[in-house]
Amino acid sequence: MELLLPSPGLLLWQIVVFLSLFLILKKYAWKGIIGALQEREGEIDSALRMAEETRAEMAKLKADNEKLIAEARIERDKIIKEAKEAADRMLVEAKDKASSESAKILNDSREALKQERAAMIAQVKSDVAVLSIEIAEKVLRKELSDKKSQQSLVSELMSDAKLN
Amino acid sequence: MFKHILLILSLSVLSIFTAYSQHDESHENHGAKTEEHVEEKFNMGEMIMHHITDEHGWEFTHSLKLPLPVILISEGKLAVFSSARFDENKGVYNGFKLDHHHIYKVNEAGEVDHHTKVWDLSITKNVASLLLSTVILLSIFFAVAKGYTTNKGKAPKGIQSFFEPVIVFIKDEVVKPNVGPKYQRYLPYLLTLFFFILVNNLMGLLPGAANLTGNITVTLVLAFLTFIIVHFSANKHYWLHLVAPTGVPPVMYPLFWIIEFIGVLMKPASLCIRLFANITGGHIIILSLLGLIFVFKSFVIGAGVGVFTLFMSGIEIMVAFIQAFIFTLLTSMYIGSAIEEHHEADHGH
Amino acid sequence: MSILNIILQAVAEGKGWAVMGGGIGAGLAAIGAGIGIGKIGGSAMEGVARQPEAAGKIQTMMLIIAALIEAVALFGVVVGLLILLLY
Repeated sequence: MELLLPSPGLLLWQIVVFLSLFLILKKYAWKGIIGALQEREGEIDSALRMAEETRAEMAKLKADNEKLIAEARIERDKIIKEAKEAADRMLVEAKDKASSESAKILNDSREALKQERAAMIAQVKSDVAVLSIEIAEKVLRKELSDKKSQQSLVSELMSDAKLN
Repeated sequence: MFKHILLILSLSVLSIFTAYSQHDESHENHGAKTEEHVEEKFNMGEMIMHHITDEHGWEFTHSLKLPLPVILISEGKLAVFSSARFDENKGVYNGFKLDHHHIYKVNEAGEVDHHTKVWDLSITKNVASLLLSTVILLSIFFAVAKGYTTNKGKAPKGIQSFFEPVIVFIKDEVVKPNVGPKYQRYLPYLLTLFFFILVNNLMGLLPGAANLTGNITVTLVLAFLTFIIVHFSANKHYWLHLVAPTGVPPVMYPLFWIIEFIGVLMKPASLCIRLFANITGGHIIILSLLGLIFVFKSFVIGAGVGVFTLFMSGIEIMVAFIQAFIFTLLTSMYIGSAIEEHHEADHGH
Repeated sequence: MSILNIILQAVAEGKGWAVMGGGIGAGLAAIGAGIGIGKIGGSAMEGVARQPEAAGKIQTMMLIIAALIEAVALFGVVVGLLILLLY
């Protein structure tokens, strides 16, 4: 029967000892333990938050870098393109210049050739004139005897000279 | 959870063996001539009761008994002496008689005086065990708390890292979700409660130890403290719910008062009985299993019982944890329901 | 206590009856608790099988409800024990 009935002595001891155990542990143990645990929880929380923030920042930096690289690439492409265009243009210009130069040279030489030819023809004409005068002189000297043959000879010569 | 079934089984087994041993006694009387000495009759019920109840002095085994101080207050006078005096003088000493763990006043003629009240504040086996567990708890948690100051900002070490997960589990899984946002105020009490019950449950499983958490006085105190805390911290919603439950016509209020009154008392009563009966039941099962060895005095039975006792002891260790957990959990739930803040929206009629 | 005393006085003629009554009462309480806890266990298993991610919560709830049922059964056991010890 005593198994199921509370005994006053143990009741008193239990109340006194348990309450003093609670008060002592509360003051000297739980306060420090719970405080430290909460502090650590706070630290872990803030560390995690910081890591999250850092990660976001890193991502942002990376995005920025990529943007910069992309921009640089575009710039480079542009510069290369421009350089190519300039080179092409220079080439074309050089070509044009060369062709116009050569045309000019050709023209000039053609002109010179023409003048030379004209000069030559004039020379030839003067030479022919001199030659014809000489021939005429010879003929005249020979043809002092024969007037008719003289005349035919002259006209023959003249027509030949005209063909020349 | 099979415990009560096993308890009933063992109780019935116990009564069968009582009958069996009585039957055996007549046999022994016939064959007693061969016995050289008269062995002390083994009474399993008595053995079990002796182990699960309180006593003056701490008996580890036969003839190895630690005497403990007996403190008595009778007729306004204080008497303090060692419990060994009772054992030496066949239970009568200094005008007091120890009879079945109760101390009575005896007069000159040696007759028990039942009218004089004797307040027995002795350091009994259970009180000694209580003090021992208090010392253990204090040294453990002082060491743990010291760990937090010396290892500040570092990883926990030694005993600190052993207890930290348990403390965190009680804090985050038991107290915080059940008590609610104001859990900080009740956390020290609930942690003390959990570790007190756990350490005493486990200590009770040691051979020769006292059955402290299987003592109804101890569980009654714990349950009563829960009751006090719940009702001293209860807010007006809790009382309003008790006095004037919503959605009930006022005519029915008296009926509900009776029901609520029983409910309010049943909560701590069930806490008290649950812990007491679980721990005592576990002890009775293990003791009746071990008692079988002395009843049968057979090697085969002894070996079988030994294996089964080992299994039951394993279950008892689990029960020690579960009961400490359940007691703390239910206490936090009761506190949580008493301090719960109701929003105005919840009161829609 | 007084109701218990009346019952106990009623069976005071025979110790055997009282012990038997205590045993049967405690046994009935154990049967009830066994059925109750079995049902809880079964339902908890089903719940965990359906939602394995809620296993922790279900386990805690299971323990609480099992403890509540157990308390009722233990009341029966204690009353049985009381009868056994008184007689």
